[in-house]
Amino acid sequence: MTPSKDPKGRLLLSGNEAIALSARHLGVALGTGYPGTPSTEILENFTAMGGKAQWAPNEKVAAEVALGAAFAKARVLVTMKHVGLNVAADTLFTMTYSGVQGGYVLVVADDPGMASSQNEQDSRNYAVAAGIPMFEPADSQDAYDLLRIAFETSECWQIPVLFRLTTRVCHSKSPVQPLAPWGEIPAEMSVPAPTFERNISSRVMMPAFAKPAHRRLRSKLAEIQVWNETEAPGLLEIPGSKSLGIIAAGICVHHAQDAAPEASVLKLGMTYPLPIERIRAFAAKVSTCVVVEENDPWLANMLHAEGIPVFAKNDAIYRFGELNVDRVRRIIAQDNSEEMPPPRGKPPELCPGCPHRSTFAALKELDCIISGDIGCYTLAALPPLAAMDMMIDMGASIGMGLGLRHVLPREQAKRVVSVIGDSTFLHSGLTGIVDMAYNVPETGHVVVILDNGTTAMTGQQEHPGTGRKLAGEFTHRVKYEEIARGVGIPNVMTINPVKEKERFKQAVADALAKDELTLIVAQSPCVLAVSRITAAEKERKVWEAEQTKCTLAQGGAQ
Amino acid sequence: MIVDTLNIRFAGLGGTGTIKASDVMADAAFRSGYEVKKAEVHGMSQRGGSVSSDVRFGTQVHSPMIPEKSCDFLVVLEDSQVAVVQGGLRPDGVLLASSAIDMAKLPSAKALNVAMLGLLSTYLDLPRENWDAALRANFAPKLHEANAQAFEIGRAARK
Repeated sequence: MTPSKDPKGRLLLSGNEAIALSARHLGVALGTGYPGTPSTEILENFTAMGGKAQWAPNEKVAAEVALGAAFAKARVLVTMKHVGLNVAADTLFTMTYSGVQGGYVLVVADDPGMASSQNEQDSRNYAVAAGIPMFEPADSQDAYDLLRIAFETSECWQIPVLFRLTTRVCHSKSPVQPLAPWGEIPAEMSVPAPTFERNISSRVMMPAFAKPAHRRLRSKLAEIQVWNETEAPGLLEIPGSKSLGIIAAGICVHHAQDAAPEASVLKLGMTYPLPIERIRAFAAKVSTCVVVEENDPWLANMLHAEGIPVFAKNDAIYRFGELNVDRVRRIIAQDNSEEMPPPRGKPPELCPGCPHRSTFAALKELDCIISGDIGCYTLAALPPLAAMDMMIDMGASIGMGLGLRHVLPREQAKRVVSVIGDSTFLHSGLTGIVDMAYNVPETGHVVVILDNGTTAMTGQQEHPGTGRKLAGEFTHRVKYEEIARGVGIPNVMTINPVKEKERFKQAVADALAKDELTLIVAQSPCVLAVSRITAAEKERKVWEAEQTKCTLAQGGAQ
Repeated sequence: MIVDTLNIRFAGLGGTGTIKASDVMADAAFRSGYEVKKAEVHGMSQRGGSVSSDVRFGTQVHSPMIPEKSCDFLVVLEDSQVAVVQGGLRPDGVLLASSAIDMAKLPSAKALNVAMLGLLSTYLDLPRENWDAALRANFAPKLHEANAQAFEIGRAARK
């Protein structure tokens, strides 16, 4: 679907669509990531425009695949939500040392206010901690423009670059003047052809090579800071009153312009390393200078450390939740009175006919202690089911369940079950079951994989267990039963918790009664995806038959 | 000509076509030459919970989110949500609730969002061809005829 166009030829795009279009226009060779609200639509749109993109099993693998490609001089884009960057952090902290030879932009989407996340961590902290240059676009046009500069920065200094978004930048639509037609790579765009050149000391980060690499990183950052002071990409000084100045980046720039139309505004584009002297000069021009930022006092602390006199928001109030025009107005007025809570709407719930309903009802009837995980099924924690006792991060259901089994008195330990979604299991559950098979609790353990045939939570993305790739192409299907048996779990079975309700409940009861390890795949398609999955499975049979034929033909020729 | 910024909030429950309605509204305004911004939240809200989506357009738009008590129009696709969102309306703002539409006349219950857009269109000075183009651009061809019908039913519902 092409987006709506105005009489000036501009397109009305979400931030995610603008990034996808920019990546396409920049000739990005490979996009990879893991689905996560609010970042998911970037790679989906990039693929729909003809770009090559793929879902990785998790964010760390995505960051590593992209790193290999960037070592080979390719231009790569990696996307994830904020908590995904925790998973990829191990790669992040050392790829800034090694640097890259191609352009490497890592898009991270924060979720202030937790519209669809388990925390509201502020990814800007990663820029400082890992020493990675960072851009923060304010809207779709800014995202489209800054992505190009982010790639240029990455290629010029041979360093990965962080592109930090928030929910409102990702999902708000605003006009974009594109530099080329929708989905086309401009003819003048020349990207280097990937090739391998050996450079052991820059890419093997053992201590002898990592020590000088760390120094190289700090020199690059110092140079980039000087460049940001003079070139200041994405920086905009909006003239206004001498009495009030506002410093902001990202969506806060727009809230501030509505909240205080009279103010002078310094909009930042590249926020790490900061253009400190530009900011100092701006702050000196106004009598009161306020930093407007969501979540952590990240920018305010950086400016205070540089001795720039700015007012920060009151973090007892405004650190929590996302900002909007009214809250920014209060921050500027230093109004710290109690805020009116927003009216309570209807909370989300599991869809009617959702297979998770049957699964959790059975576990509840068996009085299980349920160690849960991330996905639609987390909604089972809410009444009336109230059938999930803990949920922290991707894959944690298995580790936490094992921990409970190891320490609880026998009669309680016997009730513990770990419940994890299919995509979540492949993302971060594999090492959990390896630990289960290695450090077996005395009472055994029971893991239930909720296989609904899709990554439902983020909008039905494919994953290695569906046997289909990002754009639906068929590929090898990873099988949960084979993994579990391969790891050494003795009792492994697949049951449909909707069609075989009693059998499922009995299987869990039997597993709980034994002092052994059991893995049950509760397999029943997502109700929202069932017709799509059924159609794809029918086509798959034809594809599989073709594959067999090809193999036979090849075998015959040998 | 609509000056400054006009604020329209669409509210409903996940699955009622709330976000789709706001997409069509934003598209129609954009085709008409206005500055347009639109804000919504995906994710958990898709699972049958409360959903709202803001459209702002005019000669200049800054924040994509409508400030408190500043909605010029509130389009509510599920009557149970009126109580949740009506506080967002400005004192002289217009509340358009789904009860204004006779569901029995609609080609399908799913077309309620389009009928509500028809009703809303009677208040806004946007060229009709831009509404039609926006409706066609945002729905599959097989729905175009039913949508044209629903849009007219909405327009006729203006009292």
